[in-house]
Formats: sequence, structure tokens, C-alpha cells
Amino acid sequence: MERNGKLPKIYLTAVFLVLYAPIFYLIFYSFNSGGTMSHFESFTWEHYAAVFEDKRLIIILLNTVVVALLSALISTAIGVMGAITIHYMKNKAMRNAMLSMNSILMVSPDVIIGASFLILFTLVGIKLGFASVLLSHIAFSIPIVVIMVLPKLQEMSPTLIDAALDLGATRKEIMSRVILPFIKPGIFAGFFLALTYSLDDFAVTFFVTGNGFSTLSVEIYSMARTGVTLTINALSGLIFVITAGLILGYYFITNRPKTPARGVKR
Amino acid sequence: MMRDLKRMVRRMKTNRASLRLSMVPYSLWIILFVIAPIGLIVYYSFFDLSGNFTFDNYKNFFTSVYLKLTVSSFWYAFLITFFSLLISYPTAYFLTKLKHKQLWLLLIIIPSWINLLLKTYAFIGLMGLYGPVNALLETVGIGKQQILFTDFSFVFVSVYIFIPFMILPIFNALDKLNPALIDASRDLGANAWTTFRRVIWPLTLNGVKSGVQVVFIPALSLFMITRLIAGNKVITLGTAIEQQFLVTQNWGMGSTIAVFLILFMVVILLLTTANERGMAGSGKKR
Repeated sequence: MERNGKLPKIYLTAVFLVLYAPIFYLIFYSFNSGGTMSHFESFTWEHYAAVFEDKRLIIILLNTVVVALLSALISTAIGVMGAITIHYMKNKAMRNAMLSMNSILMVSPDVIIGASFLILFTLVGIKLGFASVLLSHIAFSIPIVVIMVLPKLQEMSPTLIDAALDLGATRKEIMSRVILPFIKPGIFAGFFLALTYSLDDFAVTFFVTGNGFSTLSVEIYSMARTGVTLTINALSGLIFVITAGLILGYYFITNRPKTPARGVKR
Repeated sequence: MMRDLKRMVRRMKTNRASLRLSMVPYSLWIILFVIAPIGLIVYYSFFDLSGNFTFDNYKNFFTSVYLKLTVSSFWYAFLITFFSLLISYPTAYFLTKLKHKQLWLLLIIIPSWINLLLKTYAFIGLMGLYGPVNALLETVGIGKQQILFTDFSFVFVSVYIFIPFMILPIFNALDKLNPALIDASRDLGANAWTTFRRVIWPLTLNGVKSGVQVVFIPALSLFMITRLIAGNKVITLGTAIEQQFLVTQNWGMGSTIAVFLILFMVVILLLTTANERGMAGSGKKR
């Protein structure tokens, strides 16, 4: 690797620069007293103050977070059950069929998920709004969780369960003391991915949301055509700092005790 | 012997019981949110605006308008996937060589946590006539360019959006790669390029394929970026479906386009599942 010299570093720096450029651009102008995103006049906190005064915006933000957390939690629960179902399925044909079914929503374009759910909710009579958005987010997050958990189940040696059975463990104990702890990293990965997908989703929500309910994406979409105030910039600044802080914090907390344990596990 | 038998009986019971219990919500999900919606889409594709049974939607799809749309959709999706891969593969490769690679990977993923619409909105500002990109072009001496509302801006922003999703599976594949294989290849006299082509690339192909899968199909159906960044100049299958469902309210035609999109998707899915089966096979051999 020493051979490659500086090239990797320059390349990675460029990638990181581009990846973060739009975000920092937004944050930079969130301090602009000028009110537009082109000429920086002087430094101000007023847009940040405006975020906390804008009740409508805060409600939309809460909607987004609540939908993301709830859908991630529920889809993780169902997804883990699904992964266990698929993994311990005896019938091979059935198993493959289930796996293909699982992948369908994963690879389905958002537009199709949105359009078909719109038909479904309209037919069943679910009012378009919080319920329909939450249900859709749960629905499209489940396969991601399954995909994250399945490899962990496959990694797990069946002798672990045999050993637990020999030692007199009950079904519940095997589940809670053997299987779940083993697949925990997969479950967490699934949960966070589900959270990401939900926070990031625009297309599906756009289709299935009604008049009274809006998430951040849908709101910005409708605003982007008429012109967005710098309040949104301030909000994105806040979101960035909070998410980056949470993720990095999570990383450092989980990684410290992990390092010595890793050697033991192997 | 007795113990083995007992264990087997117990194990079978355990499996069956836990299966039955965990099967219910997941199966319900499959029926309600996978099978039913697709069935409904197919069903609606046979109805016209006034609710009469018809094949007209399918006839319409095979007119030059929709065929052109399909071809251009595929072309853009291909471009987006190609450039995503071109940028992501070296990125993933260099990342695996870093000291705190997991942390760096996390830093790649963090931007994808920022709302998609916010990032798109930022690009409208960045690429605008009075944005920093044009300011830079002016100082360099190229002069102001219309960047926004062009094919370039559309592909660029789409690639930007998809890069983290492409990097992730490739990174995982590269990370799993046994470094001894590379050393062996080098020891056997292969140069860097041959090692890459004959050892690294084939062994990470599955990561690449799942990356392509998560980029290509969504790229076929982008509609928000086409509106905001490409200024309606680029029309994809996704834009057409959105138009039919939410603007024209012609669910029948929208469903027909969706049926074709699903068919394309199934083809791509079949290609990748055949591959996964191969992977599972090699896993078992171990």
C-alpha cells in the first residue's frame, strides 16, 4: 500500500469533498443574514432561532422522526422473525420463493412501491396520512432487515443450538440467550438501515401521504419549487450536527470495548 | 444414541414452534405488501380512465412515445450506474486500506443520512448561475455555464445520491477478501493489474452486482431529481408513472408502465439471484 503513495489519499479527499460539499454549502448559508443562498452578507443566528419558532416545521420534523423510529422498530421486529423463518425453513423451494418475495420490495423502484401502495390503501380504505405513511415505511424496511440478519444466522453454527439443547435450554432461552445475541450485530445494522431508508424516503411518502400529513422530504419538495427560506438551511445544519454526532458517538461507544473482544471471538 | 435421538426430537419441535410463531407477521407482510400491490397494479393496468376493461393501455405503451421513454430511461440508468461504479470501486478499495476503515466508511454513509431533498436542494444552489461552481468557472476563465437543467447535472446529482449505496456492498466484499490471496498472486508473478483483474475483481463481483442492483433499478425510476435538477428535460419511467398517477390521475396507464418496470426489474432480479445461488453453493462447499 505504501507503493501507491499519495494517490489514494488525494482520491479519497476528493470524494469526501464532493460528498460533503452540498451539506456544508447549506450550513454555510444558514448563517447568512442576506436571506438568499448566493451572497453572503453577514453572520447571524436568526435562521436558527426561526427554526424553533416555526411550529409547522417542528411538527413536520417530529412527524419525520416518529415515522422513522416507529417504522424502524416495527420492521426490525418483523424482519428478524422473517429471517428466522426463512433460515429454519426445511422446504427448499418454499425457502427460495420466500427469498425472492423478500427481494421484490428491496429492488422495487420507489415509484412502484408508492403507486401500488396508493392503490392498496385507497381500496382498503385507509386514510392517506400518518397511518398510510407509517405502514408503507414499515413495509419497505422489512426486507432490508431480513437481508442484514440472514447472513448472521447463516454464520451461526448449528452446534450452538445443539449445545444449548444439551444443556437443557428451553425454546425461549435458545432464542433469547443464543440466537438473538449472536445475530445482534445484524439486527442493529438492519435497524439503522431501516431508519436511514425511512428518513431518506421521498417518493413513497409523496405517493401515499394525504393533505394533512407531511414529512420533511415532501415539504422541501413542495418548497423547492417556490423557493426555500434559509430556515431550511438552518434546520439541515441542525440535523447534520445531530445525526453526525449520534452516529460518531455510537461508533466510539461500541468500538472501544469491541477491540479486545474481537481477538477472543476469532 | 438415546441422547442424540432426544435432541433431534427436541430440535425439530423447537424449529417447528419457533417457525410457526415467527412466520405469521412476516407472511402477512408478504401477502399484504408484496403480492397484493403487484396484483393490484396488474389488475388496474387493464382498465381505462372510466373503468372499462381494455387492452388500450398496452397498445399505447408500444407507441413510439413510450418506447423512446423506456430507451432513454435505460440509457440514463446505465450512465448513472456506470459512473457510480467507476467512482465507488476505487473509493471502497482505498477505504479498506485505511487504518480506521470502519470510521471512514461511516463518514461516507453520514451524508446519506441527510435528507435526499436537502442535498438536491443544495445542488440547485451550488450549480445555479450565481452559485459557487459558476463563480469558480469564471475565475478560471471558462466563464459562466448553464449547469443546472442539463443532462450532466442530472447524472451528476444522481451519481452523488447513489454513491454511498454502491460503496457499501463493494467495501464489504473487499473487506472479506483474504489478503493472502493477493500476496499469493503477487508471489506468483502477477502484476497489480493482473491481480486486480484475475483475483480481486472476480472475488468482489458479488459486491459489485448487489451495488449495481441497488443503483440501476432506482435510477430507472427517479422522478424527483428529474423535476428539480433536470427541469423536466429528462423523463424517466418513474416520471411517467408519477405523472399518470398523481397529475393525470390515469391509474390504468400508470399501472401499465409500472407493469413493464416490474418486468424489467424481474429480469434484473433473476440475473442476480442466479448469481446468489452460486454464492450459496460455494459457501456450502467450505
